[in-house]
Amino acid sequence: MEAIQITNILYLISAVAFILGIKRLSHPKTARSGNLLSSLGMLIAIIATLTYPGKEFDFTLILAGVGIGAVIGAIFATRVQMTEMPQMVAIFNGLGGAASAFVASSEFLSSPNSPFIIVCLSVFIGSLTFTGSFVAFGKLQGFISGRAVTFKGQQAINALIALLSVSLILAPGLFFDSSMFSGYLNAFFVIVVLALILGVGLTIPIGGADMPVVISLLNSYSGIAAAATGFLISNNALIISGSLVGASGLILTNIMCKGMNRSLANVIFGAVGAESESGSSDGKEMNIKSYSTTEAAMILDAAEKIIIVPGYGLAVAQAQHVAREVAESLEAMGKTVLYAIHPVAGRMPGHMNVLLAEANVSYDVLKDLDEINPEFEDCDVALILGANDVVNPAARHDQSSPIYGMPILNVDKSRTVIINKRSMNPGFAGVQNELFGYDNSIMVFGDAKDMLNELLKEVKEL
Amino acid sequence: MQIDIVSLITIFILAVFVGNEIINKVPPTLHTPLMSGSNAISGIAIVGAILAILVDAADASKYIGLAALICATINVVGGFLVTDRMLKMFKKK
Repeated sequence: MEAIQITNILYLISAVAFILGIKRLSHPKTARSGNLLSSLGMLIAIIATLTYPGKEFDFTLILAGVGIGAVIGAIFATRVQMTEMPQMVAIFNGLGGAASAFVASSEFLSSPNSPFIIVCLSVFIGSLTFTGSFVAFGKLQGFISGRAVTFKGQQAINALIALLSVSLILAPGLFFDSSMFSGYLNAFFVIVVLALILGVGLTIPIGGADMPVVISLLNSYSGIAAAATGFLISNNALIISGSLVGASGLILTNIMCKGMNRSLANVIFGAVGAESESGSSDGKEMNIKSYSTTEAAMILDAAEKIIIVPGYGLAVAQAQHVAREVAESLEAMGKTVLYAIHPVAGRMPGHMNVLLAEANVSYDVLKDLDEINPEFEDCDVALILGANDVVNPAARHDQSSPIYGMPILNVDKSRTVIINKRSMNPGFAGVQNELFGYDNSIMVFGDAKDMLNELLKEVKEL
Repeated sequence: MQIDIVSLITIFILAVFVGNEIINKVPPTLHTPLMSGSNAISGIAIVGAILAILVDAADASKYIGLAALICATINVVGGFLVTDRMLKMFKKK
C-alpha cells in the first residue's frame, strides 16, 4: 500500500470518530465519551498530517503554534463562566473562520495556480465569520450596544458589498489585469477586506435577543469555511468535518428561528429591537396581585405538582443554585417538581440546560417545550423565575403583538402562576406581558436570588 | 495528490446528509455542548495549517500557516476541554 493511502485511511478513521462522537451526544449518559471519541479523532487527524508522506515540515514552528494555541485554548476553557458560554462559542466560531481563511490564503500564496474561485470562497466565508463573530461577541459581552444598530441605506450598502465581492470572485478580470498573478493578488486582497466589512455589516443590525440565531448561523459558517478549504487543498478530513459542523449550525439556526417564530431572513434583515416600542402598551389596565414570599410558600405547600420556568434573568442573578434547593425541599415534601425549558430560554441553544446542570439539577427533570406543555394542564403551580416573553399568552391570540405566533410555554393553564420579577419592566422583546394580569397569576416582586432565599426559608419551616 | 472535484463534491454532499441525520437526534438539553463540540471539530483546519508550514515554503505562506495553526489549536483544545467540562455536569439523580 502506498504511504498516502495510509494517510487517507487515517483521515477516514478520524472522520468516523467525529460522526460516532456526535452520535453519542444523543444522550447525556453517553455524551462525555462521545466528546472523548471526537477528540481522539482529532488526534488521529493530526498524527496523519504530521506523518504526511513527501512533506518536510518545519517542526519548530509547528510546535510553537500548537503550544501557543493549546495554552490559550486551555485558559479559555477552564476559566469561562457557564453564563459566558455564548461569548466563548462566538469567539471560537470567529477563530474557526479565521483559521480556514488563513489556510486558504497560505495555499493561494504558495501555489498561485490554485482555483481562484475556491480560494476566494474559503477566504470570503472565513473572514466574514471572523468579524461577524467578534461583533456578536461584543454585543453579548456588552462592549457594543445590544440594540440593533441601523442606519439609512444599510442594507443597500451590504447588498452592494456582496455584489461586488461575487463579481470579483467570479470575474476578477473585470477589475484587475488577470493575465498576471499580481492582478489576482489584488483582487484577493480586496475580497478579504470586503468580507471583513460585510461580517460587521451583517451582524451589527441584529438585536441582542436574536443573538442565539446569529451564533448558530456563524457556527455553521465556520464549518462551511473549513469544508471550502478542504476543497482547496483536496483534503477529505476537512470536507467531512466541515460539512458536519455546517449542518449542525444550520439545524440549530432553524430550531432557534422556530423557537421565536421568525424566518432567518427576518432575523438577519428585520433589525428587530432597533427602537424601544414603549408606545405599544395600549393603555389596557391590568389587575396585578402582589404577594409576599410567605403567601407564595403557602400556595406551594398546598401544591402537588410544580413546574419551574427559568429564564435568563435567573442565571443573571446567579440564582440557579438556590432555585434547585427550593425544588429539592419541595420534592422532600413529596411533591413533583419539573423544569420547563423554552428553546430560547438562554442566550444560545441549550444554554439554560447547562446553567441548571451546573447547579446540579438532574437532567431528567429538564423538559423541553413539546414535553412540558401538556403537563401544565394538571399542574398546581407554575413558578416563573426571570422568564417573560416565552410565557406571554399574547403570542397565542394577539395578532398585533410582536411575538404573535411564537411557541410559548402554556403556564397560564396551571391552577396558579407565581411570577417573580424585579419590577414591572417589559421583557427583552419590549413587550408588556398580559399574563401578569390574569386571575390565576400572582406576582412576587424582588431580586430572584433574595426572593428564592426567603422562599427556601419559608418552605423549610412548613 | 489531486482528487477530482466530483469525488470531493460527492463526499461533501454525503457528509451533509450524515450530519443532518445524527445532529437531529441530539436532544435540546445538549445543544450547547453540541455547539462547543462542533467548534472543536471545525478546528480540523489544523490539518490544513500544518500542511502549510513546510521547510521550503515561502515565509509569507509559512507564517500565515502559523496564524492558522494558532487559531485552529485554540479551537481544538479549548473546544474539547470546555465541552468535557460541561458534559461532566450533566448528572441524573
